[in-house]
Order: sequence, then structure tokens, then C-alpha cells
Amino acid sequence: MSVPIASAADGPATGARGARLPAPRAHVLRRLLHRPAAAFGLVVIALSVAIALGAPFVAPYDPIATSFAAVRKAPSAAHWFGTDEIGRDVLSRVIFGARASLLAGVVSVLISLTIGVPAGLLAGYAGGTTDMLVSRVTDALLACPFLILAIALAAFLGPSLSNAMIAIGISATPVFIRLARATTLAVKAEDFVLAARAIGNAPWRIALRHVLPNIVPPLLVQATLAIAAAVIAEASLSFLGLGQQPPQPSWGSMLNTAKNYIDNAPWMAVWPGLSIFLLVLSFNLVGDGLRDALDPRHAWHS
Amino acid sequence: MTAYLVRRVATIVPTLVFVSILIFGLQQLLPGDPAMVLAGEERDPAVIAHLRETLHLDKPFAVRYLYWLRGVVHGDLGESLRMQQPVRELIAEKLPVTVELACLAIVIALAIGIPAGVVSAVRRGTAWDYGANVVALWGLSTPNFWLGIMLILLFSVTLGWLPASGYVSPFEDWRANLASMIMPAFVLGNAIAAVLMRHTRSAMLQVLSSDYVRTARAKGAPERDVVLKHALRNALIPIVTLGALELGTLLSGAVLTEQVFTIPGFGKLIVDAVFNRDYAVVQGVVLFTATAYILLNLAADIAYAIVNPRIRVQ
Repeated sequence: MSVPIASAADGPATGARGARLPAPRAHVLRRLLHRPAAAFGLVVIALSVAIALGAPFVAPYDPIATSFAAVRKAPSAAHWFGTDEIGRDVLSRVIFGARASLLAGVVSVLISLTIGVPAGLLAGYAGGTTDMLVSRVTDALLACPFLILAIALAAFLGPSLSNAMIAIGISATPVFIRLARATTLAVKAEDFVLAARAIGNAPWRIALRHVLPNIVPPLLVQATLAIAAAVIAEASLSFLGLGQQPPQPSWGSMLNTAKNYIDNAPWMAVWPGLSIFLLVLSFNLVGDGLRDALDPRHAWHS
Repeated sequence: MTAYLVRRVATIVPTLVFVSILIFGLQQLLPGDPAMVLAGEERDPAVIAHLRETLHLDKPFAVRYLYWLRGVVHGDLGESLRMQQPVRELIAEKLPVTVELACLAIVIALAIGIPAGVVSAVRRGTAWDYGANVVALWGLSTPNFWLGIMLILLFSVTLGWLPASGYVSPFEDWRANLASMIMPAFVLGNAIAAVLMRHTRSAMLQVLSSDYVRTARAKGAPERDVVLKHALRNALIPIVTLGALELGTLLSGAVLTEQVFTIPGFGKLIVDAVFNRDYAVVQGVVLFTATAYILLNLAADIAYAIVNPRIRVQ
């Protein structure tokens, strides 16, 4: 059984010997775009970024301008998504709310990466006491449920969007430490690392030049999925009143208010929730697609 | 087995120590004088003096930590400044509600996640498989507090079938209790069902391609028995272990779900404490959830070692 598999795997490799291989990154992007689900996710993310950046030009109204003549008006030609409890245009608030969600998603994951990757790389590469210490702290952080830790951090830091991002970033860090450490351990055992060490490279040089580039693909997948989780986490903290503070719009805080008017203004709850769902779904689809594109062996249907 | 148990239990000790340092250290994040902040807006000088004394604020961090740890080890999690009640009592009071919610959610998650995972593995590549994956992706991407609001809109506001909020103790009226818990439990179970489905699917795919399943088929066992008796039983082991890791999702989700449905549980306790600046309660709840999480995962690991001897000798 193993013979035909081995020869089938060897075939293209020997055939391609000497020929120029396509750049691996272009390859990944092409494979990603060939997956309809991932391509859909990329389009939605690109649109959301464009809308968030161009919010002042796209939004029909000022997102914080109140109008007591238009309190809780159902969707109409003037207000496509209706108005809220103090007459603000829901569509404009949804458009501006994309800023908080995207910013929180990206910034908090950047925080996790900035702390998690060096810590994991250090623990995996240095080993010994350093590894033990980093691993125990990681275990401790992992033992606190993600959102509960974020709530506690946001509570002690004080409620604001930037503190919510810090809280989410710190709470999501242990996953990156674990992943970076585990992949570093695997890469460290490879022959090319041994070769790099044999010719006398300094440890930091091996870690940065030889190990780091090889642990990027799994981190990239995890980062994409982590953005999805961070968008939900930001919405959750804002829903609890610990994220973006009023009157600035955020999808989570819009839902918090909408909950109180669900019996006579349900449109207030539908659109912000749908926006969170669509953005999170898109990041999940791109993350899944990226995993399959980077490592086709792990494609779920294979 | 004893050696494994000792080794496994020993690993949680440093984790618990770090968790406690972390949670105690949260206090350091408070801007300014902790006694002033903890005393709340009234800033009663008597309260401030009392706080300085009980919290040993004139001592260095390490000494304060040890004082606090001594209390925690003796079951003293401090006192709620707002409710004038020991944190331990507050937790004991709210815990049963959350445990009921969590148990119902787990039942719902198992009832949806495992059959869906089995079907999508057995009917791999068919419309069933794609359908189950779409449902899983939906479950993972829907913020559960939004799902809760939408269910209230449908079942409470539009149809009028279920109460939108409130909690009735099962000892008072179990029907009313179930009516008030079914929506929150579904909301909470939904996301976990998605994760369980994915785990079940991959575990089943692995087991279904193993030799003994082929043998079972070869000897003519009915497909139903092959899938349910031979394959699923073995696939369940990793599902249970991975499922235990979802406990954190369950606890985090409970905070939001209780907030949406105004259920007076654990989650509502921590959120109210945050807004009342009742920091001892926040610390107590986080410490309790982290400890519960560590112990339950330990239990899952031990259960795994009991059914799978290979783990013990690693």
C-alpha cells in the first residue's frame, strides 16, 4: 500500500528537478483564492476594511448625531436600517462600528503576537529553566477562561476600547506562546538547524534567521482565527459595557442597548449582530482556507 | 497508575501558584492608592483605614500576597465591599444556577454535536457532511449574546412561548425553571456543539479507517453496529478530553448568556462586581473559575489515563 503512495509523491518532485518552482507565497495565495469560501471571506474582509476606512464618506448620517424627531423609526428610505432610541441612524452607526471591531481584532492579535512569539521562541529554543518558567506562566494564563480573564483585566484597567484591546491581547497570548514553542521544538530538530549550528552561528541568529521563518505558517493561520475570536471578544466586552464607551459606536454596545428595546425596535438588534457574524465568519473562513492552502494534507475534505 | 497520578497532580501545583500570583497581581493594575479606589466613591476614612489594615497595604507586594494566599488556602476569598458578605458565600449562592445552566448546555451540545459529527464522518463528502460543516461554522461565528437576543425576539416577543428573562428555582417550579432555562442553555450549548461536532468528525474519520473497523465489517457486522459500537466508543475518548477544554468557553459564554437573560448566576455576579468596583469579588470569581478549570481538566486527564493505559507509561 505504501509503495504506490511513495512513488506518486515522488513523481512530480523528480519531474520538477531543475525547473524553476513557483514562489511559495504566490502559490498559497492562488490556492486560497481557489477556495470559494476563503475567497468570499477575503472579499467581505476587504469590503469591511474599505467601509471602515471610508466611514465618513460612506455613512449617510453622523453616527452620534441624535434626533428626537426620529426616535426608534423602523427601516425606511431615509434610514435604511432604522434609527435607535435617541434617533441616531443605525446604518451609520453600523458603518462606524466596523472601525472598533476591526481595530480591536487586529491590534489585540498584534499584542498577542508581540508577546507570544518571542516568548514561545525563547522557551522552545533555550529550553531548561527558561522553558519551564514560560510554560508554567502559560499554563496559568490558559487556566483562566479567555473572556473571564479579559473581563477581570478590563475591570482593573478601567473600561475603554484601548484597555479592552490590551485585555483581549493578553488573554489570547498563551495560545501563541504554546504554538510558537511547539513549532520551534519541531523545527529545532531539523537538519538545517543542526547544520547552521555546526558552522558556528550564534544561537540568537539561528533562532531568528533559521527557526522563526519556519514557524510563521502555523502562526499565520492561528493569527487569522484569533482575529475572529478577538472581534467576538471586543463585541462581548462592549456588550458588557467594558469596551468602546458611548456615544462612540461599537457593534457590541449597540446590541447592549438594543436588548432593552427588542419588543418595539427589533431592527436595532438585527444589523449590528449580523455585522459581527459576517466579519467573524469571514475571518474563520480565511483562517480555515489558509490552513488548507499552507498544508494541503490537513484539508478537512482530504 | 499511582506514579502517573502523583506526576499529574504535581504539575498542577505550580500552575495554581502562578494563577494565584496573576490574580492577586491584578490589584497592582489599579491606578493610584488601592485603598482609595477600593473604598469606592464615598471614600469613607474609616473604610479606607480598615482596608489599609486588612489588606496590609503598608507591606511589600510579596508579603501582601502571602497574607492573601493564607486566607485563600483557608477558604477566605475576602469580603464584598458592596454586599458586605464574604465572597465565598456569594459564590456558593450563585454557583448552583450557573452549574444548572452549564449542565443543560452540555446536554444540548452533546445531543447536537456528536450525532452531527458521526453523520458527517460516515457520510463524508456528501450534502450531509457539507451541511453539518456549515452549521458548525455558523455556531462558531455567531456571538452567543446576539443569538440570545434573536431567540428572545422570536420565542418571547413574537410567539410568546417562553419568558424573555428571569429565573425560577427548580425546587419551586421545575416547569417554569425549564421554560426559563431552555433558551439560555441552547444559546450556550450552540457554540460548544460546533466544536464537539468538529472533534467528533475528525476522531470518527480516524477510527473508521482503522483495521479493527475493517475487520468488524469483514465479519459481516451490521453497519449500524460498526459505527455506533465499534467506532464511536473509541472515538469518544479523545472527544471527552478535548471537550473538557471547552469548559472555559462554557464559563465565558455563561457570563454573556446570564447577562442577556438576566439569570442571577456566576456570570452576573462578576459583571455586577466589575461595575460596583467590587474587586475582591472579581478576584474571587476568577480564582474560583481558574481552579475549577484546572481540576476538571485534571479529572479528564485521569479518566483518559484510566481508559487508555498507554498514557500512563509515557
